[in-house]
Amino acid sequence: MKIKILSTTLLAATIVLSSQVVAETYDLDTKGAHASIQFRIQHLGYSWLQGRFNTFGGSFEYDEQDPDSASVQVEIDTASIDSNHARRDKHLRSKDFLNVSEYPKAYFESTSFNENSDGTTILTGDLTLHGVTNPVTINVEHIGHGSDPWGGYRRGFEGTTRISLKDYDINYNLGPKSKEVELSLSIEGIRR
Amino acid sequence: MQSIQIWNSKSSYGLVAILLHWLSAVAVVGAFALGVWVTQLTYYNSWYTHAIDLHHSIGLLLLITMLGRVTLRTVNVIPDDEAGMSIVQRKAAHGVHLLLYVLVFVSIASGYLISTADGRSIDLFGHLSIPAIVTDMQNQADISGIVHWYVALALIILTGLHTLAALKHHFIDRDRTLKKILGTTIPTC
Repeated sequence: MKIKILSTTLLAATIVLSSQVVAETYDLDTKGAHASIQFRIQHLGYSWLQGRFNTFGGSFEYDEQDPDSASVQVEIDTASIDSNHARRDKHLRSKDFLNVSEYPKAYFESTSFNENSDGTTILTGDLTLHGVTNPVTINVEHIGHGSDPWGGYRRGFEGTTRISLKDYDINYNLGPKSKEVELSLSIEGIRR
Repeated sequence: MQSIQIWNSKSSYGLVAILLHWLSAVAVVGAFALGVWVTQLTYYNSWYTHAIDLHHSIGLLLLITMLGRVTLRTVNVIPDDEAGMSIVQRKAAHGVHLLLYVLVFVSIASGYLISTADGRSIDLFGHLSIPAIVTDMQNQADISGIVHWYVALALIILTGLHTLAALKHHFIDRDRTLKKILGTTIPTC
């Protein structure tokens, strides 16, 4: 299963690379931690609980001449979930939620990228979480790009989306106000 | 004249040893039952947060009790085994006692390492705060959690064997082993 997903990922990446030789590839700056994957979910309906995934990797392709050909691939280590509370994180890693021993990785593979004339950008793709794959639509903001002071070239985006836990077969009852999770991805890539 | 025996003698346990023994017995069984129960609770159960706080408090009480017992062993005499016991039986009994002590300490330590993995202290009885010492080890909470469960399971099984052995002494061997720890054989001083 894992190998199949990996080979699919590699195949997809190869197709993307070979069909768009002009697109520039950017690797997420996880080493410098200029990329983050955050989530928030309501606690009892009274406040937002924030958390993040500390370990992930990925890349994106972006061609300024043809922005709609852009694509993104991200792989997340689900065990790296961090809500700043050890016992809660242990529970989130358990079978009640992410079941990380069985599903150690989550994946996002983009399927389309559209920069609309009104300035909004919509990224669609497949999110695989808890062994379930669903299409998701991500609202994207292109934050900026350019040379960094250390000889590299960087480009960054922010994306937000909302997923329903039951769509990913996570059925632990956290209450009526806590059925959906908001995901926020702040990604900065360094051009290869 | 009959007076209460506070400290151990060569023939019987004193009140201090007896109370500490039964306090730890109640704490071990109570903490285990509470620990299993808390993992079954749903999020909206009114005990969801209180049960774990109580579990922590029992754990601290058990730690203090056990430290008292270890201290007592070093400063006070331990009553002799019953005369009818074979060498093998004595060694088995002493081995089980030692293992019970070790398992209690390991279960407390592993439980402590789960809750303090992120640097949070543990609040006990809502007042006393026990600070975190070891934090942020790789997978600290998960590994400690696995150790905590299996050690607690071993401890409760061994406690059961220890209880069965005491009952065997009482009903089959008909010796003073169980009576000694119940404090019903304390002689006049």
